[in-house]
Amino acid sequence: MQLILEKRAQASGLMNLCSPMLAILLTVVMGGLIFAAMGKPPLTALYIYFIDPLTSWWSIEEVLVKAGPLVLIGVGLAVCFKANVWNIGAEGQFTAGALMGAIIPVLWGEWQSPFALVAMLFLGALGGALFAFIPAWLKTRFGVNEILTSLMLVYIAQLLLDWMVRGPWNDPHGYNFPKSASFEGWHLLPMWGDGRMHLGLVVSLVAALVLFWVMRHTLKGFEINVVGSAPRAGAFAGFSQTKMVWFCFALSGGLAGLAGLIEVAGPVGQLQPHISPNYGFTAIIVAFLGRLNPLGVIFAGLLLAISYIGGEGVQIELGISDKTTQVFQGMLLFFILMCDTLILYRLKWISTNPGQQTTGNAS
Amino acid sequence: MLNNSNNNAQSTLLQVKAITKKFGDFYANDTLNLSIETGRVHALLGENGAGKSTLVKMMYGALQPTSGSIHWQGQQVSIASPAHARELGIGMVFQHFSLFEALTVVENISLALPPQLRQGDLSQRIADLSLDYGLPLNPAALVADLSVGERQRIEIVRCLLQQPKLLIMDEPTAVLTPQEAQALFSTLRRLVEEGCAVLYISHRLEEVKQICQDATILRHGKLVAEVDPQVETAATLAQLMVGASVHQVSRDSNDQVGDVLLDISNLSQKSSTPFGVDLVDVNLQVKSGEILAIAGIAGNGQGELFGVVSGEECNPNQSSISLLGQVSNALNINQRRCLGAAFVPEERMGHGAVEHLSLTDNILLSRHACNDTQSPLNRGWLGIDKRQLAKLNQAIGIDYDVRKSKEDATAGSLSGGNLQKFVVGRELNRKPKVLVINQPTWGVDAGAAALIRQAVIDLSRQGSAILIISQDLDEIFELADAIAVMSRGQLSPTYAAGDLTREQIGLMMAGSHEQSSQELGA
Repeated sequence: MQLILEKRAQASGLMNLCSPMLAILLTVVMGGLIFAAMGKPPLTALYIYFIDPLTSWWSIEEVLVKAGPLVLIGVGLAVCFKANVWNIGAEGQFTAGALMGAIIPVLWGEWQSPFALVAMLFLGALGGALFAFIPAWLKTRFGVNEILTSLMLVYIAQLLLDWMVRGPWNDPHGYNFPKSASFEGWHLLPMWGDGRMHLGLVVSLVAALVLFWVMRHTLKGFEINVVGSAPRAGAFAGFSQTKMVWFCFALSGGLAGLAGLIEVAGPVGQLQPHISPNYGFTAIIVAFLGRLNPLGVIFAGLLLAISYIGGEGVQIELGISDKTTQVFQGMLLFFILMCDTLILYRLKWISTNPGQQTTGNAS
Repeated sequence: MLNNSNNNAQSTLLQVKAITKKFGDFYANDTLNLSIETGRVHALLGENGAGKSTLVKMMYGALQPTSGSIHWQGQQVSIASPAHARELGIGMVFQHFSLFEALTVVENISLALPPQLRQGDLSQRIADLSLDYGLPLNPAALVADLSVGERQRIEIVRCLLQQPKLLIMDEPTAVLTPQEAQALFSTLRRLVEEGCAVLYISHRLEEVKQICQDATILRHGKLVAEVDPQVETAATLAQLMVGASVHQVSRDSNDQVGDVLLDISNLSQKSSTPFGVDLVDVNLQVKSGEILAIAGIAGNGQGELFGVVSGEECNPNQSSISLLGQVSNALNINQRRCLGAAFVPEERMGHGAVEHLSLTDNILLSRHACNDTQSPLNRGWLGIDKRQLAKLNQAIGIDYDVRKSKEDATAGSLSGGNLQKFVVGRELNRKPKVLVINQPTWGVDAGAAALIRQAVIDLSRQGSAILIISQDLDEIFELADAIAVMSRGQLSPTYAAGDLTREQIGLMMAGSHEQSSQELGA
């Protein structure tokens, strides 16, 4: 007997929905095994990791605050991936957006008006989009693989931020700590709740709903779908592959940049060397877990947000390294890509015995 | 050369007993029986979707039967894989070749051979064997430089090197000129004289009459008849395949030929891909009410010509294409559609239609740009007008007899013939003034082909100009008022359809009209 993958006649709609569930289940089981191997009680650890973050209001708030950027970046990436454009550098565009938007609080600190905030949001999105145009240009002009270029540009953006907060934009009253001056007044997003919930959450939700409508009902969504899944049919429909690359990088880069600006004008409140716990990379998992569907991305964003808070939880209560979060996120992406194979293929046992009269190896 | 060359007495080589193959609830093959004798060419006939491929794949070990048995030289066998089938002595030449264009003939053959056959001077053996069987091949040639006919020879030689007792050929002449086909038939006759059996799958009934001794006819997965093709006529064979007499396409003489609606003059274009074909100085004119057919073997620049005429590849630097009197080189495909042109590409799936999308979405594919419907289909932020698309889908379904499992099925769920009717119907529904259609009925069953051809003729008689690109000479003679032939990117002058014979077209397909490079340079 031998286990083989057999191609299905057509993609399984059921598996498309079950695949993320199965991946989550496998992640939880593997996570339990890893906790046990580390000598921690697995059930308690899993409880702290996945359930505890939902048992108190402040931690639910924290989950929402973390889900905000994940969803905002994730919906952009979902559209991008649907079009078969692989922007892996959202983390860099996030950073570029934060830097560009911070021009106003850092250089025009005295401009205090609601328009200043609007200008910051605009500049944030613009910064992310412009930074994303670098891989878009390299791909459309020279055919350079966008996965590599967008990924490598992440480190450039991060080092640029690092240099800016230590050098030109260093807070003159900051005792030489690597940070900019704190943002104040209209340079911060309106907040509510216990002080961490902010306007950015609404922006994320609106972006997801708008993109859901675009993808489901408009010609643009149709174009994205066709160009991504059948490029020759896309050409037949008169859709340009090149324009699609620019559009995708503009959209996903813009949303990542906006998320970056929202993060520094919201929960962080200033520029500093580290402004993101890898939101831009985690959003890749969010996009896939959400089935590249903007509504699915909302739920996936919440789940991945829990993984951040849960990671902090097990660190505090059981003394496990906070790298656990990355292990869980990595396992989740790994398992979901693995389970996605089952959408197009089914597992089948076949007999390896080719028959009684025949000789030879028929494997 | 072959093991059993001294064995000319007939005996049953392979027998299929009550074989059934189910895909889900669908019976692709339903209790089929078939027996193949040594030293004979056995035809397997049937429309698309009749179950021919499924049956052959089971014989070749690529599929496993749901029930029933296969007997090889009297013994029951279960053929686990193509490698196993080749070990038994079954060789197969597929319709679509699996060759690496960037490698040489000998490299391609070597890749597919079992290790024990790779030893020694393979090039010499290929050269000897191919000459011996009248399939001359240069082992050192790059596959990319070879014609389709030569590529097929590689596949055949690859099979013959393994000394098969049964050779399965899937529509081998679909890509050949009439002359190349005749050469192939002599090779097959030679093989059969040596005691080899051939299972010959084809749509072309004249051929079957010419070379086959037995014929098995399938319809809807069931065996409908086992006949002697020598005593049947092509018409009776067709009737058995389709299950009813095929509708005859009717065409009255056209006397209302009008203005030139599609004019291509001095069109030259370098291919954008390394293995594509450059178009060289193409000239043609199609008038209102006229059907011009371009004959030629696939891969001689027809795809490139379609791309340039449709505007999928536009070249603003030339002024060689004019549609309805307007120079159109700089226009993209949608702008050309809005002028009144419509296009049907060769590949239904992945080019003319998207497999996983619904039929209504597939209508949108080519109909979103020009407001030739009651109201615009694309309403911007308000979204696509899906109600109107549903109406269009219904109308196309009725007018062009598109049979589907549900009203708005996915394109992938339609059979080849029905999808082609849909793709053609989607364009004809617009009543285009110019229609360019590449391989209108390729791989389509006889019933669907007749419907499509009649619809094309009807459109031309309403005053549209129609350009057909086809490699099916029967189809060309049925439809065309005028014929030109394409080979290696060059187009012959246009002739009136009545002035050409099949043989003349065959010679032009092989390049008799081509200009040498010196002449072109002069």
